Amino acid sequence: MYDFKTLYEASSVEDALRLRKDHPKALVLAGGSDILIKLRGEEISGCELISIYALDELRGVCLEEDGSLLIRPLTSFSDITMHPLIKQCVPVLGEAVDQIGGPQIRNIGTIGGNICNGVTSADSASTLKAYDAVLELASFEGIRILPYAEFNLGPGKVDLRPGELLTGIRIPRESWEHTYGEYIKYAMRRAMDIATLGCSVNVRLTADKQRIDRLRIAFGVAAPTPVRGRTAEAAAIGHALDAALLDIVGEGSLADVMPRTSWRASKEFRLHLVQELARRATIAAIGKAGGTIND
Amino acid sequence: MVREIQFRLNGKDVSVICDPLKRLLDVLREDLGMVGTKEACGEGECGACSVLRDGAIVTTCMIPMGAVQGCEITTIEGLRETERGKCLIEAFADGGAVQCGFCIPGMVIAAESLLASNPHPTNEQIRHGISGNLCRCTGYDLIVDSIRLASERGNGLW
Repeated sequence: MYDFKTLYEASSVEDALRLRKDHPKALVLAGGSDILIKLRGEEISGCELISIYALDELRGVCLEEDGSLLIRPLTSFSDITMHPLIKQCVPVLGEAVDQIGGPQIRNIGTIGGNICNGVTSADSASTLKAYDAVLELASFEGIRILPYAEFNLGPGKVDLRPGELLTGIRIPRESWEHTYGEYIKYAMRRAMDIATLGCSVNVRLTADKQRIDRLRIAFGVAAPTPVRGRTAEAAAIGHALDAALLDIVGEGSLADVMPRTSWRASKEFRLHLVQELARRATIAAIGKAGGTIND
Repeated sequence: MVREIQFRLNGKDVSVICDPLKRLLDVLREDLGMVGTKEACGEGECGACSVLRDGAIVTTCMIPMGAVQGCEITTIEGLRETERGKCLIEAFADGGAVQCGFCIPGMVIAAESLLASNPHPTNEQIRHGISGNLCRCTGYDLIVDSIRLASERGNGLW
């Protein structure tokens, strides 16, 4: 059996919020694919746990009246990939989480867990960042709405306050409409591997499909947390679809990243990947949007 | 802390009294005698302990019993009694997919999970379908061939 102090099994969201308030140091157990492995490896021990796996009200995807896409945090990766609304509004998110682990892990792991772990390599993170996702954090004090851009405080650290529980991930209509994205995960293996680098790009073209109306780009494992490439994004606005655009996006992306050398790859290789994946993902996203890149 | 957890195992209602954080893998093997589900890595990497939970393949080394309440679990012992299971097992035998055999229950579960959603997969899709299962003997080719064989023979089963 694992070395933990107490498990509190939440029976409703309200119950979970009460448990979060009463046991501020307890870890939230969602799918369990990270926490149970850490318990087994004794990376964490003697902790209190609050399980939310029974809370079906925190599962699923829906479109709200204002057109926001609402993803509940306990939705598994495979349910996200197969969901018709994800395919319709943000297919790139389904494609990104389909590259996590293997089929078994994608049936267990949850998107909320992926975000709340706060690691830079989370495959859902760069796409959610690039789509300006907004988080709904509930507590007995009320609902706090926080842009996902502000959630990551450092490696493994997120702005989840004592008593709070992630209850929703929203992508506003303006953010997904007429927008096409591509995620590229570069890893040593095609399954059961963590990204050496991840890059998610989405574009909205002008009505004549000749220019960039909006380009957003985010990276995983290019900094201590998932990061946006704001410099490249600003330079791309209004740009024609040509080779110069790809240079701007590739080289511009270097301004906002600070990868490190780890046993998976050197800093230099990661900087190379930042440029190359930014270019390739931009080409693919423009193609999906119906644009053509002119030489 | 122990409590009663009820679920369906291979079509039968079962009830166990255990800690909700006990692994489904341990309950299957130690408490319910379902030793076809194998433990190898114990950390979700190898797929040897795969079963179907409500039709979706999961590694039981990562499933706490609390998350099994009310679910339908299918192990290799249940699958082998079905027409699909028999077709898969015969195809694995005829195709020479089995060497040491340790990964095979998980592989058969993965094959069932794949064919249930995609009855006629391409080789590439088969490889994607078993990408969460490690085999250290075969080099995978004969397993892929055998899953394709099952897909051809079992026309209409999936």
